[in-house]
Formats: sequence, structure tokens, C-alpha cells
Amino acid sequence: MDFASLVFYSFAAILLLSGLRVVTAKNPVHAALALVLAFFTAAAIWLLLEAEFLAITLVLVYVGAVMVLFIFVVMMLDINIEEMRQGFWDYLPIAGLVAGLMAVEMVIVLSGDRFGLSAPAPAPDGFSNTRQLGLLLYTDYVYAFELAAVILLVAIVAAIALTLRRRPNRKVVDVGWQVRQTAEGRIRMVNLKPQKPEYKEEDDE
Amino acid sequence: MEWFQEVLGPAWAPVWTLAKIVAIVLPLLIAVAYLTYAERKIIGWMQVRMGPNRVGFFGFRLWGLGQPIADAVKLMTKEIMLPTGASKALFLTAPVLAIAPAMAAWAVVPFTDRLVLADVDASLLYIMAITSMGVYGVVVAGWASNSKYALLGALRSAAQIVSYEIAMGFALVGVLMSAQSLNLVEIVQGQAGGFWQWYWLPLFPLFLVYLIAGVAETNRAPFDVAEGESEIVAGFHVDYSGMAFAVFFLAEYANMILIAALTAIMFLGGWLSPLPFLPDSALWLFAKMSFVLFCFLWFRATFPRYRYDQIMRLGWKVFIPVTLVWILVVGGFMQTPLGYLFH
Repeated sequence: MDFASLVFYSFAAILLLSGLRVVTAKNPVHAALALVLAFFTAAAIWLLLEAEFLAITLVLVYVGAVMVLFIFVVMMLDINIEEMRQGFWDYLPIAGLVAGLMAVEMVIVLSGDRFGLSAPAPAPDGFSNTRQLGLLLYTDYVYAFELAAVILLVAIVAAIALTLRRRPNRKVVDVGWQVRQTAEGRIRMVNLKPQKPEYKEEDDE
Repeated sequence: MEWFQEVLGPAWAPVWTLAKIVAIVLPLLIAVAYLTYAERKIIGWMQVRMGPNRVGFFGFRLWGLGQPIADAVKLMTKEIMLPTGASKALFLTAPVLAIAPAMAAWAVVPFTDRLVLADVDASLLYIMAITSMGVYGVVVAGWASNSKYALLGALRSAAQIVSYEIAMGFALVGVLMSAQSLNLVEIVQGQAGGFWQWYWLPLFPLFLVYLIAGVAETNRAPFDVAEGESEIVAGFHVDYSGMAFAVFFLAEYANMILIAALTAIMFLGGWLSPLPFLPDSALWLFAKMSFVLFCFLWFRATFPRYRYDQIMRLGWKVFIPVTLVWILVVGGFMQTPLGYLFH
């Protein structure tokens, strides 16, 4: 076994174990962290495929941003794991169908020779993954790419619109007003003459 | 060196790489120790105090130069407390999660055009991906401590780092548009020809955004609401003691040095000399890093802590629009004959 396959099998084992932890962990935060590990390991396996742009983007987007927000939300929620487990048998057929489809797809890809699919040739020296992806995305697939971007934008606007609530009596400070304040408006300098308390001379007698 | 190569045989490559890693990490840790000393000294002088001046070596005071060593020994010999109800494994993993990205990012940082551990093609992307992992140390520490203050600190930190990372990423998009490369070595080489050719000038708004977002990203004052001593005691690491706390401390300072190095490489010409007739050297890089680090300390001594809503407003409503506009400006100019101004 050469070094590359050793790396692949150890990463694949970590990936499977962490994937298993995602669905079996009792604690949702532990499950989310296992998912982080799974993403990271998947990125490492993509690096083995010389798909460095996709691998690094996976870490950057999913591990660095999406999962942070995910954990952010999960940390604040009091999730009852028993309640979530209740629907297990109802969802089993759908889950089984999805798993079966994924297995079939993997079989087609992995035994590609039998179905007339050819494996990609190894990249030549000095091949830049990023440049190649950029060229493809902005020439051949530019309409599909722009369309995806617009759909994402709509999703962002929709998410904000869904959570936007106008509530009366909010104690929000107007930032512009705040910035415009100067020391003159806040402090009044008063010129006070030095004062002495009235001193009454007492009669000693 | 060839003799070593023959003796070690196939084990040569890993041993040689390991030696290079040690050659980067060891000076980094020493730099971290003395950055804490510099911080206390400089802020002390800015506030008309003396700073640490007692602990020296062999009976000599030496302006307090022994202070960081004494601090490290003290922290190492202290007990690591485990809070009741803490998630033990995560509680102890969190410091490692904090420091690992701060160290791993140095793999692609070039000190000169030949002195770089891994000259990878997409090193800028690698840096962005690895530094974005740093937030997990804070988040996991805050959650695993089973403490309200720590959880609040972790939540603040997560929101803050995610917000500022976007601005930071866009600032770097401007850099890679100017350099037309994701490789840090090529980015520096694109700035050759004196300090007026460095990217801080054509990309000035992005430079400012990157510097300030870097302060926010490392949770330094005035953006240190994740610690916020006055409101949430010490935030995410309130329950840590001894070496576990020291590792968080190390991670914060290692991140500061990393941001300083990246600022120097992306916007201040890296190892290039400011005037073309002077020789290029890694010393220029260290000088630029020291300048940026001094600014970090200066900010801390000067500005009061931002309010949390002000931080969010600055990140989302000021920095992101500024970077987007400047990316458009750079992209637009590149299509005109004036494009050379931005290269």
C-alpha cells in the first residue's frame, strides 16, 4: 500500500466515524462538532484528488462560516433529543430510499469502466485548479452561474424579510443622531464663583 | 547536509520538513512571549507607567526582560481546574482548537521569495480557510465550560468573527485582483518597485478595512467584547486556568503576529525594501510586522471598547459596502488604460 492510499483510508475511516457520530450523538452540540470534523476530513480527501480549490472552499464556507452559525444556534436552543428521535420509524422508508439512491450512484461512479465512463487524466504540472474553474464558470457556464447567484440573493432577501418584524417601542438609538453629538451639546460649562459658606461668629460669652 | 540525507535515506524528507516547522514555530513562540512583554511595556509608557521592570536574569534586572519567562513558568505549574458539569473532552480540546489554526497558517507564509515552507498555488485561500477555523476554539471553550459568562462570550465571538471575516475576505479579493494570483509569493512580487507600488496605496480602503477587521478577528481591544472584563468577567476563557489558559493566550498573540505578517505581505510589500536601491530581505518583513503589531498595541491603549451593536454595524454596514465598492472600482479601472495603477 502506498502512502496516498494509507492517507485515504485513514481519512475515510475518520470521515465515516464522524458521520456516524453526527447521527448517534446524544448531545446536539457534539453532533454539530462531529459534522465539522466530517466536513474537514472530506476536504482533506478532496485535496488528495488535487481538487484544491473545492477542498479549501469547503473548509472556508462550510467549516468557517455555515457550521459556526449552526453551532451558534444549536448552543442556544434547548433541544430535547428524545422528542426528535420519536419520528424515527416514520422517516425510515424515505431515508432508506435516499440511502439506496446514493449507493446506486456511488456504484455507477466507482465501477465507471463497466458503464463506459472514463476516469479523468492526471493533471499536468503547473495546472491551476482555481484558474480552470474560473475560466469554466465565467465562460461556458456563465448563465447557470449567474442564475445560481441570483437565486442565492433572493434567498438572502427572503430570509431577512421573513424575520423582519416591526415592533413598536423599540429602544433603538439612531446611529446618525449618535454620531452627530458633540461635547457642546452634552456638557454645559458653568462659571461658578468660589463660594464660602456663611460663617456666623458665635458669642463665646 | 548531504551526509544527513544519505544516513536518513527515505526518512530524510519528513525529518527535513519537521526541522523547518520547528524553525518557524520556535521563534514564533518566543516572539509571542516577548510580544506580551512589549505590550505591557509600551502600554505602560503610553500611560506614564513603568511596565514590568523587576524580573531579570542571574540577579540583573535587565528592564524586566525575564517577565514573560516567569509568567510562562507560573502558568505551567498552576493546576488546570475542571468546572462541575463541564464537557470534559471538549473543555480540554478547545485550547488546542484555538492554537492549531494560528500555527498551521504559517505553513504558507513566505519570509522571502525562497524562504517558505509550502509554496502552494492557492496559499491565499488556504490562509483564509485556516484562519476561519480559529473561532471554534472560542466557541467550544465557551460552551464546554458550562458557564453563563463563558457561553455569552462564545456567542459574541462567533457572531463577531463571522461578520468580520466577510469584510476581510472581500479585502483580500481586491488584493488577488491586483496581483492576479492566489499565491502569496507572487502577490509580493507583484508589488515590486518601491513603497509607492505596494498595494496599500491603490487599495487604501481595503488596507484600512483589513487592518481593522484583523483587530476584530483576533478579539483585540477595542473589539474585545468576547472577553469584556467589565460585563462578562473574561468571556469564553473565564473557567480556564494554568496551561489551558496559557494556550488561549498564546493563540491570541500568535494570531496577532499572523495578521501582522499577512498585512505586511498583502499590502506593505512583504520582504521588499521600501526604496528600490536597497536590498530586499526578510528583515523588512519583520520591520513591517513590528510596525503593525505596534499599531495593535497602540489601538488598545487609545480606544475605549466598542459597544456590541456598534461592532456589528461597523462590520456589516460600513466595511462590507466599502470593500464591495472598492472591488468594483478596481475591476472597472482594470478595463481601462488606467489599469496599470492597480497592478
